[in-house]
Amino acid sequence: MATEAPAPNPDPTLNVPITPELVEKHGLSTDDYELIKKILGREPNLTELGIFSVMWSEHCSYRNSRKLLKQFPTQKFDEDSRNKVLVKAGEENAGVIDVGDDFAICFKIESHNHPSAVEPFEGAATGVGGILRDIFTMGARPVLFTNSLRFGKLDSADSRRIMRGVVHGISHYGNCVGIPNIGGDVYFDDCYEGNPLVNALCLGVLKHDQIKRGAASGVGNPVYYVGAATGRDGLGGASFASKELSEESVADRPAVQKGDPFMGKLLMEACLEMMAVDGLVVGIQDMGAAGLTCSTCETAARGNTGVEIELDLVPQRETGMNSYEIMLSESQERMLVIVQAGREEEVEKIFEKWDLHAAKVGAVIDGTDMVVKQHGQVVARIPAYDLTEEAPLNDPEAKRPAYLDEIQTWTPEQIDDLTETGIAEALPKLLSDPTIANKSWIYRQYDQMVMTSTVEHAGESDAGVIRLRCGGPDKDKYIAISNDCNNRYCWADPYEGGKIAVAEAIRNLACAGARPLAMTNNLNFGNPNKPESFYMLKEAVRGLAETCEFFDVPVVGGNVSLYNENQESKIDPTPVVSVVGIIDSRQYITPSLIKKGNEAFILLGDVADELGCSAYLRVIKDLKTGKPPAMNLEKQASLMDFLQIQIQKGRIHAAHDVSEGGMLVALCEMLFTKSKTFGADLNLEDLPIDRWDTLFFGESQGRILLAVDANKADHVVHDAERYDIHADILGEANDEGILHIEAPNLENPIQWDSNELRKAWDDAIPQAMKI
Amino acid sequence: MKIAIIQFPGSNCDRDAYYALAGVFNQPSRLFWHKRPSLAGAECVVLPGGFSYGDYLRCGAIARFSPIMKSIIEFANNGGPVIGICNGFQILCEAGLLPGALVRNEGMEFVCETASLKVEDSMDYFNQESLGETIDIPIAHGEGNYRIDDAGLTELEANNQVLFRYANNPNGSKADIAGIRNKNGNVFGMMPHPERAVEDLHPSRDGIGVIKAFLKSQMARQKA
Repeated sequence: MATEAPAPNPDPTLNVPITPELVEKHGLSTDDYELIKKILGREPNLTELGIFSVMWSEHCSYRNSRKLLKQFPTQKFDEDSRNKVLVKAGEENAGVIDVGDDFAICFKIESHNHPSAVEPFEGAATGVGGILRDIFTMGARPVLFTNSLRFGKLDSADSRRIMRGVVHGISHYGNCVGIPNIGGDVYFDDCYEGNPLVNALCLGVLKHDQIKRGAASGVGNPVYYVGAATGRDGLGGASFASKELSEESVADRPAVQKGDPFMGKLLMEACLEMMAVDGLVVGIQDMGAAGLTCSTCETAARGNTGVEIELDLVPQRETGMNSYEIMLSESQERMLVIVQAGREEEVEKIFEKWDLHAAKVGAVIDGTDMVVKQHGQVVARIPAYDLTEEAPLNDPEAKRPAYLDEIQTWTPEQIDDLTETGIAEALPKLLSDPTIANKSWIYRQYDQMVMTSTVEHAGESDAGVIRLRCGGPDKDKYIAISNDCNNRYCWADPYEGGKIAVAEAIRNLACAGARPLAMTNNLNFGNPNKPESFYMLKEAVRGLAETCEFFDVPVVGGNVSLYNENQESKIDPTPVVSVVGIIDSRQYITPSLIKKGNEAFILLGDVADELGCSAYLRVIKDLKTGKPPAMNLEKQASLMDFLQIQIQKGRIHAAHDVSEGGMLVALCEMLFTKSKTFGADLNLEDLPIDRWDTLFFGESQGRILLAVDANKADHVVHDAERYDIHADILGEANDEGILHIEAPNLENPIQWDSNELRKAWDDAIPQAMKI
Repeated sequence: MKIAIIQFPGSNCDRDAYYALAGVFNQPSRLFWHKRPSLAGAECVVLPGGFSYGDYLRCGAIARFSPIMKSIIEFANNGGPVIGICNGFQILCEAGLLPGALVRNEGMEFVCETASLKVEDSMDYFNQESLGETIDIPIAHGEGNYRIDDAGLTELEANNQVLFRYANNPNGSKADIAGIRNKNGNVFGMMPHPERAVEDLHPSRDGIGVIKAFLKSQMARQKA
């Protein structure tokens, strides 16, 4: 059945014939266009074409990735076989998972890569604002941010400009809205030159009965537009994010939105105040990507109803905007609210208190169409469900890139092992590599402590830890969060790289004393229409999904960012994962920094002859080759069980995952505390030693460094044996600030001044940014 | 003391102040929306941190015209105790209740860290005897660089109006000033956040001493 054709548009420039060129310009294929005609039963007009183009972009419809994403587990059952996932991935703006006692958390990560490449400050700031709205839309009060950032190397002026802008943007928005930024991860690699990644995560807390849905229901209920006025900024941003960057992208700068954190803060407070009133809100949805279009059709589709809006009633900050522009604008800090009829005044009063717009722009109507009017005339009429849910799903071709076979045959035997001098020189070099170095240049620009519930923030523990206020000290809960993804591992083997990303994030949580609960991910990849790029996505998702399944960690939401390439380069596959865990008791919260000298260090886990894609190869040998280290999930599971019991016994003073840079880098990271730089005396006589480079700088997975009381070290090792976990006592920390290593086949002990190592680690990023 | 914590649009440490004062100190505290016409019998006013009005124009420049500021200025001029933290300090300077001004940090970047402060012997209870020589209190601001002309500084010093100074100046503040009081001793302003240092999960608990010293000094003033 054909939908009734709209009248001619009041703006004559919109009354043009839809040519194949126009269709292509909107990023739609001829097949897509045929489907659109089938859905409408007629030709679309230009406004409708624009609406389809943004809704069917990868950004909104996941058309290239949706089939893959079905592999992710979406449920987690408690002891009483109740599903802890209260809102599943893809159902709403963000997923929600139970944390017990009627409390739940809601979290999601989202990318703002393309906007940040073109306009770093605004791109990153609006990334934070966008994810913030996704969380409070669900009825949750946001309580933390983290982010995963990827930049080109800092010897490039452009990378420095982008990093400075991105960090300022995140700090500008996040600090103003008063939510602590407690960590994340940052990598620097050539593949991100011109293709930076900015993935922002927000987590909120709510009671079970506070969950709000983005569904329109109840014919006659008014539809409200609240928040900032609509302008021409961010026009077609979702489509912009769904193609490769080119020189013309700079001309796409109008597709980058401009954020106003003050407005974001007011909107959050007003919405939370409104949602706290029982029965006032029927449905609520953020106007993020694809703005008014997406919020209108999605709420209608979820509610299986129709929605009609009149654009003349939409607050506008520019004059003469036509329907195409208003519907496709991505102006920030706006929400769509379906209000219970008869309670309009209560809503308006709340927004008046916060000095915000609350304009009644339409109503829930009979039928299932999204109807858009301007000056009283219909300018677009589209079946909402088909628009939202019937986006054609692609089945892109996948082809294994030829280079994989070539690089995977590489072994450490192809390079000379380190000499004693080489070992001594390599450590400070690795510590001053920006990916490994102290990141305080970045995180001291973020308010990490507002809300006064941050227990461990960036650099203090392997995971960020915060308290959830649940009604008093005996009821409060503690949650931990860790972001992770090593791009080079994923480049060399996307399946193993994906597994490692999830396993490492979970290991980080275990080090902080947490059990994993749920995950969100941000799949940053290249153009899916290129078979080799799509292969990487497909394999990485398989690795992520299997590992989530293995550890019973459901995926409660996320984001897909494809097309991260420009004319010169494309990014390595970067499936950023962020896992949230719960810490059963305050006493179990474990830092990564030691507090005093004479702590004994124990290394858990096996060392293998692995160097592929390590920081060592990258920094010292300037090589990008080799398989990533092997990941044994069963072994990690027993390692985590063991660690949890040791933490519960109160034996573990500090725990730190061995990752980029290997064992000595991990050790240094435990010694470099805020108030003091410790040293350590290591004697490696018990370690099996094949090569120095793999022992000291290899990145074999599933290893953890522990700091324990010297007189308890033997007990810990003894207990580890019962779990079949390899454990070696490496030596003890000292107050003298000397790092000293002896081993049976070292002719002379190797020694460093910890303060000099510390300086290399501390100064690297500030020095690079000073240029 | 009945405490009014003022909420401006953009305040974001209002709840933190509430948790510290009501939760840790058991003071009868209430959040007061800035559009209220009066202080309704409050005995002490807290201007919390945040970004009132988005820090547009200048930090605190718009908030000082909020309806409730009229009552606060009157209250302060009658000797009522007022403390401004971070953005609250900026508002007090803009309102003329404290001398000087706070401008962009010298490094041009927002700074969040735990700062060591040297305590000055400013007045009864607010001195080294009560607080110790140095205390650690978190800071988080982009515009905490305290500026005052030389004559003003001389006067501040002569009247012992400096409450504490940074041990390692993070923002370029003149004379390392981190917090001051008015000449009368009833209006306090500081960039560091004592409410972020009151529980054992915080970076320090030195904020307890700061809040206690403020409350005690004000009770002592009122008795005198």
